[in-house]
Amino acid sequence: MNNKNIDLKAPIGGLGASRRSFLKSSALAGGGMLLSFSWFAKAQAAQNMPALPEQWAELNGYLKITPDNVIKILCPNPEFGQNVMTSLPMMVAEELDADWKNVVVEMGPHDNVKLGPQFTGGSNSVKMYWKPLRNAGASARQMLIEAAAQTWGVSASEITTKAGVLSHSSGKSAKYGEMASKAATAAVPKEVKLKAPKDFSIVSHSKKNAEGLKVVTGQPLFGMDYKVDGMLIAMIQHPPAFGMKLKSFDAAAAKKMPGIKDVFSFKLYDDGFEQSGFDTRTFNEMIVVVGKTTWEVMNARKKLIVQWEPAGDLKETMMGRAGKKEVTVPGRLETTSSQFELMAEYAKKPAQQLRKDGDPEAAFKNAAQVIERTYNAPFLAHNCMEPMNFFAHVQDDKALVAGPLQAPSWVEPTLAKILNLPADKIEIQMTRMGGGFGRRAYGSYVYEAARISQKLKAPVKLIYTREDDMSYGIYRPMYTATYRAALDADKNLIGFHVKGGGIPENPVHANRFPAGAVDNYLAEGWEIPSNVTIGAFRAPRSNFNAAAEQSFLDEVAEAMGKDPIQLRLDLLKRAKENPVGKNNDYDAGRYAGVLELLRDKSGWGKPENAGKKRGVAAYFCHNSYAGHVVDMVMRDGQPYVERVTSAVDCGVVVNPDAAKNMVEGAVVDGIGNAFYGALTHKDGVAEQRNFHNYRMIRHNEAPQKIEVHFVQNEIDPTGLGEPPFPPVFGAVANALFKTTGKRYYNQPFMKNGANEGQKL
Amino acid sequence: MAKYNLKINGKSRQVEADPATPMLWVLRDHLDMPGTKYGCGIAQCGACTVHLDGNAVRSCSLPVSAVGKAAITTIEGLSENGTHPVQKAWIEHDVAQCGYCQSGQIMSATALLKSNPKPTDEDIDNAMSGNICRCGTYLRIKEAIKSVAQ
Ligand code: FES
Ligand code: FES
Repeated sequence: MNNKNIDLKAPIGGLGASRRSFLKSSALAGGGMLLSFSWFAKAQAAQNMPALPEQWAELNGYLKITPDNVIKILCPNPEFGQNVMTSLPMMVAEELDADWKNVVVEMGPHDNVKLGPQFTGGSNSVKMYWKPLRNAGASARQMLIEAAAQTWGVSASEITTKAGVLSHSSGKSAKYGEMASKAATAAVPKEVKLKAPKDFSIVSHSKKNAEGLKVVTGQPLFGMDYKVDGMLIAMIQHPPAFGMKLKSFDAAAAKKMPGIKDVFSFKLYDDGFEQSGFDTRTFNEMIVVVGKTTWEVMNARKKLIVQWEPAGDLKETMMGRAGKKEVTVPGRLETTSSQFELMAEYAKKPAQQLRKDGDPEAAFKNAAQVIERTYNAPFLAHNCMEPMNFFAHVQDDKALVAGPLQAPSWVEPTLAKILNLPADKIEIQMTRMGGGFGRRAYGSYVYEAARISQKLKAPVKLIYTREDDMSYGIYRPMYTATYRAALDADKNLIGFHVKGGGIPENPVHANRFPAGAVDNYLAEGWEIPSNVTIGAFRAPRSNFNAAAEQSFLDEVAEAMGKDPIQLRLDLLKRAKENPVGKNNDYDAGRYAGVLELLRDKSGWGKPENAGKKRGVAAYFCHNSYAGHVVDMVMRDGQPYVERVTSAVDCGVVVNPDAAKNMVEGAVVDGIGNAFYGALTHKDGVAEQRNFHNYRMIRHNEAPQKIEVHFVQNEIDPTGLGEPPFPPVFGAVANALFKTTGKRYYNQPFMKNGANEGQKL
Repeated sequence: MAKYNLKINGKSRQVEADPATPMLWVLRDHLDMPGTKYGCGIAQCGACTVHLDGNAVRSCSLPVSAVGKAAITTIEGLSENGTHPVQKAWIEHDVAQCGYCQSGQIMSATALLKSNPKPTDEDIDNAMSGNICRCGTYLRIKEAIKSVAQ
């Protein structure tokens, strides 16, 4: 497939634009119909988005209806726990007026022409498929009505549909399955009318996870479970530290171990390979051990004798948005404490100006009071419960790869280049993913598996051990940010300044709140290159910014003598009524709406809650608004989040109970990462290698109650997987202050189990 | 390599494996029973939980040679088709997100309920804190367990 013109980082919202649609239909062998939908009109690019290539606007093959009334809906996007295999088919079924009981859901094949972008990430799935999938359902329904009208000799306008049944006022009725074959020959609707949200009977009504039964019965759903006859198991020996490379190795002992098929070294990318944005890989040259069973390979790997050496500075060719760029990856063996020191030095240097409103210099010069605080955060490992793995069977003229992957369409072009095969000879199968959180948007483990299979000419499954997965990660970057607020003599906020940086990425979102709400505003950023690989991690950058900015606002409110929710609402009122500057990328009204709902539902400021140690934070990202009130207590000498109230505005909620589950999960995950999350290095070596020393939040540490409230509106759905995650960090930090009397500036807040909040 | 006669899900199964091979890999690689999951390999995450004579154990740290005559139950052996009350409760509470940890969670929960049919919150905390869920489904797990206990 050709998708090389696509800006991979851009959200793919353009598909939602309305367009002329038509339908191709064909009879199924044995009766029934295959309804294939296509939208050929030019996709109207949404604001700030590149136009979509035409083939992505053409969506095909979403559903089948058989004579025995089974409705099969293909899910276009891979599932990693956000429940798209349920919510996306619900959108089709809604407009089809299907009986949900008769719907069978299956993961679709990788086929951008038929199924659209097929990208799971950026909290985009429901948002980008909202209109196309409903169009699919509505068109099919219209076809069935036409078929019934012809059969019964009545006017189509007199036929109604409900729960998979067509009815006419004369008393005639038929199940969809009965009309399916005939519908295949019916006229194609040029336009379809979509329902108003108030008429939904499937969407916005909770439906159980389409794969729930398979999960609880332990069926082979995951990449780890993928198996074919004759499949070999492969494990990779990476260099022991970022900044090191392979010098030489002796595999004689390893090769003699039982069950071992081969041991060899391989290069992932050829010299001069042009890496696109998601081709990030930890190391380029590695040793692989291949054998019959996992245990045998693990044992043989221990027998490898390897010499490593410093890699030195490396030159790499990156293909970015702005074209080709040579970058130097420094060879330094990094140690976390010195990296924090380096960040502190950089923070003092002049940085790139990202946005400036008014005269911030003068505001700070004339201020009666200046508040300045610095926040720090370490690398985080994704720790998907299913470690990275992939199956590959590369043959001379074709390849099949299968496994957990968020973005098959980004992997395919690179795979084609590496294997020197045309893209249409590569089949990518998407298994259910045991978590993703951004990690599986980077397909280097797919390329590794493919390289290994190509060399062996055999079907191979590459498995990362937990240690491999954790210590050769594509981490959340290290960040720091200094916030400053200028108050006048009357304690009005007259200036705001954020200067942020990171290794290797600057976290600042310059156009987000409180930009637009303060007359004098300055945002700056800087970056330090690194050889430690980084990538998207549930709400990239926001997961740090929300922690820092929302803690800072809490202190500003304190200094101003204002209630923290009221301060935010006052600022948002200003941003709504009389915004400062341009390009404010949030909707102040929706932001305020979430805070008001949160205030109301949590009983914020109510006398009955006066004794509670509470923290609040709210944030905007991925087109949605989310906030939490966290109630904290001391338990066994440690701060414990006992209860959380959450409010979210993500527009129409497609599957309410599953959406709640996701918000609950984001809260638990957020508390865990805020309290304990850290991946540190000593001379380039990851210091955490498994769950014995990378602390994850556990059952007994989860809150007793998480109460989730959604703003009720009819706005087209926006993101949900990410938005509730970032504000958890800020709310926890603010509750920690109330509980312990100390402000927490450095993540993770509980270092080694102690509530020190010291820099690592 | 040695030969072992194992009792798994009520059936007798023969395998030939290195004595140190963890039951996790015997199940997954030798017996094609992938319901039991690998998460850490060092008894820290609970993804690999199975029952050994009814008790929850981490199969990643249980060598095949140590099993002896003990009966092993895996997620596949809990019921024919998801009808065990704990499995039903998991569906009813729509617990799973990605689902990868859930075989292990369910095996820990069923072992708990068998030995302690009316567990307190604290009992649940104690029995379930060895099972990590990165998706953060702990609250639903607790609710599901309580619903079975009632
Ligand atoms: S895989 Fe056995 S406890 Fe983690
Ligand atoms: S459901 Fe994903 S790890 Fe538990």
